[in-house]
Amino acid sequence: MGGRDLFGYVGIEAVLDQMRRKTMKAGFEFNIMVVGQSGLGKSTLVNTLFKSKVSRKSCTPSYEEKISRTVHLKSVSHIIEEKGVKMRLTVIDTPGFGDQINNENCWDPIVKYINEQYEKYLTEELHITRKRRIPDTRVHCCVYFLPATGHRLRPIDVEFMKRLGKIVSIVPVIAKADTLTMDERLDFKQRIRQDLQASGIRVYPQKEYDEDVEDRIRNDKIRENIPFAVVGTDKEHQVNGNKVLGRKTKWGIIEVENVAHCEFANLRDLLVRSHLQDLKDVTHYIHYETYRVRRLNESNASVSGLSALPLENGITEKYEAQSQL
Amino acid sequence: LSSVYLCLSSGVPENARPLSLSGHVGFDSLPDQLVNKSTSQGFCFNILCIGETGIGKSTLMDTLFNTNFENFESSHFEPRVKLRAQTYDLQESNVRLKLTIVNTVGFGDQMNKQESYQHVVDYIDTQFESYLQEELKIKRSLHNYHDSRIHACLYFIAPSGHSLKSLDLVTMKKLDSKVNIIPVIAKADTISKSELHKFKIKIMSELVSNGVQIYQFPTDDETVSKINTAMNGHLPFAVVGSTEEVKIGNKMVKARQYPWGVVQVENENHCDFVKLREMLICVNMEDLREQTHTRHYELYRRCKLEEMGFRDTDPESKPVSLQETYEAKRQEFLQELQRREEEMRQTFVQRVKEKEAELKEAERELQGKFEQLKRLHMEEKSKLDEKRKSLEDEMSSFSKKKAAAELLQGQAFTANSNLKKDKDRKK
Repeated sequence: MGGRDLFGYVGIEAVLDQMRRKTMKAGFEFNIMVVGQSGLGKSTLVNTLFKSKVSRKSCTPSYEEKISRTVHLKSVSHIIEEKGVKMRLTVIDTPGFGDQINNENCWDPIVKYINEQYEKYLTEELHITRKRRIPDTRVHCCVYFLPATGHRLRPIDVEFMKRLGKIVSIVPVIAKADTLTMDERLDFKQRIRQDLQASGIRVYPQKEYDEDVEDRIRNDKIRENIPFAVVGTDKEHQVNGNKVLGRKTKWGIIEVENVAHCEFANLRDLLVRSHLQDLKDVTHYIHYETYRVRRLNESNASVSGLSALPLENGITEKYEAQSQL
Repeated sequence: LSSVYLCLSSGVPENARPLSLSGHVGFDSLPDQLVNKSTSQGFCFNILCIGETGIGKSTLMDTLFNTNFENFESSHFEPRVKLRAQTYDLQESNVRLKLTIVNTVGFGDQMNKQESYQHVVDYIDTQFESYLQEELKIKRSLHNYHDSRIHACLYFIAPSGHSLKSLDLVTMKKLDSKVNIIPVIAKADTISKSELHKFKIKIMSELVSNGVQIYQFPTDDETVSKINTAMNGHLPFAVVGSTEEVKIGNKMVKARQYPWGVVQVENENHCDFVKLREMLICVNMEDLREQTHTRHYELYRRCKLEEMGFRDTDPESKPVSLQETYEAKRQEFLQELQRREEEMRQTFVQRVKEKEAELKEAERELQGKFEQLKRLHMEEKSKLDEKRKSLEDEMSSFSKKKAAAELLQGQAFTANSNLKKDKDRKK
């Protein structure tokens, strides 16, 4: 049954267009979580990424800059459209993270939220009568903001990324990177990469999930460059007769989309232009499945009577028992 | 391969505001990202061909996919309907297609066709069941799963020119909720144009009046609604298949050559082959796959789970988790199992007792027999002893008598000889 030669036109390749049409009609969902201390520019960055006021800050009329006592999660959704492609973008904010004096376990509400979304999806998937398209609120990407200290990862960074790297795709970024010179930036990045490896933290794109050689080559380039050093802004300035997004300072204009200045464009390309679908796939086929396996196994072993679902196992049990009889 | 089914969003936005973008973000590449992933994984398409032996199923498949699938003719003497599935890897430009063609062997050949459709239904259900089993596993790999569910069912109608056979109606009725049915009129070159027109109308009205739901080409997407609506009106497609080529003008075309003319397969005036190819492959392959997954498979899954006793809400209309129901059922089943085991044990013990009793009885009998034999033996022995005694007595009295007789004889002889002597002396 090797590959066969077709003697003439059949029309199989038309299926690509069919698929494109259908997905464009149905639209896409993307859920992105931003985590980091207050003041690191999370809202600004997200707005810059999606070229519109998608962050909670920008669209909540009663928003106040307050340090909250606890970590709570707030999400806000928007429908954005580009060239006929509709996307339902949900940005999940985590105010209060890392802002307390005692930050122990500040990741718990976040872990809880992420697992709750997996649970919601699992419950719907297990229904007898289930929706045609299960609404996807699972976190596809968690952007973790590292302050541009120039030194190394802090304990809170290590603890957070260690835990969350197991359940969600983490993309670490160096926030407000315009305080680092190029050399400082390179050193900082290298130290961070060392720390990540030493602590066994897996960030996106994870090596194990590269599908083929092409993927590996592409992703290796990204892995050598993370975390991206970003600067965000929604203001435009005139540079050389062009309007560019940038931060104006006394000593010059930092062009956000200029790769010589910062790596915002790399981040945007990764998250939106090239790997968005992959982020969703990794979430669905790997993180969600891991959750599902764990959940179904622990229900199996629990005393309270909730059992695992494997009807397949139940049926084989039945056959075995019957044959014994 | 299933990724395309699951990543589509729910379409209707709930509590999300529309927002305009101030510049190019770049997520318009999303459909391309998705398509690229699917291309590297490849596509799966499974067609089921139902029709009588010799009606032209294999030839049509060869013609449709422009290749030679190496089929061999089936006999007409199959005792029951069998389904034969073969998988092929096709490639056109950068699209790889894993095509599975399932043929019914012996359909319509039996004297008694009552069971014919059941094998087909069972086959379709088996593929759904496989998928369901995989989906329910704890450690599953749907990403790599080779989807064997039937995406399109081509039902071949014999070109009688009159109406559908009852076998056709019964079979299609049984299948319409399980698979996308596309009826085709086979060997359409045996029907004239006017007869064909009447035939098509008759077939469609029979399908409608019997409530058979055949696959409708989707008309909700503006890009294709026009062509799909038009094509819906041409059903069932009258097809002619041929892999042989005939020279027409200065081109070689697929055709069937008769003494009275040449039927060109790809000539839309001659038959609907091109329409079928258009609809089945070029325009609606993805929709066929989607309908199979979101409609037919979901229906099967729901029915199967309900059959096993699972519900989404319990009698008080509170939501019930599948796990709880499953655990309850499992306990029930285990208890039942225990009860049955106990029963069997009881029965076993009972039987053992009975057997023991039987054996004891047999033992007693044997014992009795033994005693009896022993007694008989003793009796015989004593009888024999008596006989011997009496014989011995006889013998001894006989020998006594003999001795006495001998003595007497001796005496008599002596007396005789004395007498003789005396006589002699006296002389």
